[in-house]
Amino acid sequence: MIPAKFEYHRPDTLSEAVALLAHHGDDARVIAGGQSLTPMMKLRLAAPGHLVDLQAIAELRARGSVAGFVKIGATCRQAELITDESISRLCPLLREAALQIADPQVRNMGTIGGNVANGDPGNDMPGLMQCLNAVFALQGPKGGREVAARDYYEAAYVTSAADDEILTLIKIPTPPIGHGWAYEKQKRKIGDYATAAAAVLLTKTNGVCDSASIAMTNLGETPLFAEEAGKLLVGSTLDEAALKAAAKAAVAITEPAEDGRGPVEFKRAVAEVMLLRALKRAAGRAQ
Amino acid sequence: MAKAHVKMTVNGREIEALAEPRTLLIHFLREQLELTGPHIGCETGHCGACTVDLDGRSVKSCNMFVAQADGANVTTIEGIQGEGGGMHVLQEMFREHHGLQCGYCTPGMITRAYRLLQETPDPTEEEVRFGLAGNLCRCTGYQNIVKAVLAAAAQMNASKEAAE
Repeated sequence: MIPAKFEYHRPDTLSEAVALLAHHGDDARVIAGGQSLTPMMKLRLAAPGHLVDLQAIAELRARGSVAGFVKIGATCRQAELITDESISRLCPLLREAALQIADPQVRNMGTIGGNVANGDPGNDMPGLMQCLNAVFALQGPKGGREVAARDYYEAAYVTSAADDEILTLIKIPTPPIGHGWAYEKQKRKIGDYATAAAAVLLTKTNGVCDSASIAMTNLGETPLFAEEAGKLLVGSTLDEAALKAAAKAAVAITEPAEDGRGPVEFKRAVAEVMLLRALKRAAGRAQ
Repeated sequence: MAKAHVKMTVNGREIEALAEPRTLLIHFLREQLELTGPHIGCETGHCGACTVDLDGRSVKSCNMFVAQADGANVTTIEGIQGEGGGMHVLQEMFREHHGLQCGYCTPGMITRAYRLLQETPDPTEEEVRFGLAGNLCRCTGYQNIVKAVLAAAAQMNASKEAAE
């Protein structure tokens, strides 16, 4: 379990980090918490010649709530998200999901940026970001740009970020006060990826649903935003029949692959259970 | 590629060494500093036997490079002891409650539990189980490990109250 040799860089500023990536091209990778990249390097599935560590760049760690958005710097650790009372109050879905990722030691190192940036279909935050309609800020040698989480993922480990771009910030529209939320994840054991997981965010007025957003984890090559399923709920009273119909519509867009977590039919069945549980809990929480 | 100069504080002692950046922190601690308390169990980031305390948080030292820990403050099981240099309450309680069988996971368990009790000084049984979820015991002796941690918490809280 010894990774290939690399040269280590720890820039103090974002512009230095971007310059390092531009200079070394696809021979360089950024590392934040390293809880995905380090295991890949130990297995030599990744062997970058240059490792650009983002830990010293203060601006990437900042987080807070500004003008209708919860803004989270890319190197904010999962454990920090969990203990941040202000973010947990504004967007409790983040905390609920972060608590279901890996284990305490991994959450102490692993960052939200690393979780969303690489396009690993097993990671939980990408689906969550699609549910929350988050926007990712990317910084490259030609400047910055923003990409919606719902457009970011192209295939397993393939995203719309270029090799020389760094994901710097996640912007989440602050959910309305009184919204309902839930993240339901079935996993074989602590530390495992989801067999299936579902994120739900919805709002209701006088008992009638006026918005609903549903996304899923590890049920395809990319996280899946179930747009049609969400639309089915709008205008309903979030009764059992409406929730079941939405869950079925969401399952219809899944494309799970058979693996050690089970065959395709099993994963679809688990997905439906996770969706229903998440929908029921979110509906119950909405005010 | 040249070795890098790394500086860190380990168990209260300033150390300086040359190491290849790719060296895993666990290998650096065990082989270069001869701190063989933290163990290599799975070497894949699952078992937690290599747990150390890094800048006040529990991490798996097989899942990070020594270069990432440059400048950090690291505590291993060797740095955990009671007041006056004897056994820490956690260590005493692991002994009293049979919190170890083969003992392989114990350094990681105690190092993690040490930090857990600072984060959550009066945990419920469920909080102990959730807090130790990153540490595996292949003897499956979890019941007594949880008992030992709860007993240590009770004893630490009692002596804190007595001191006040």
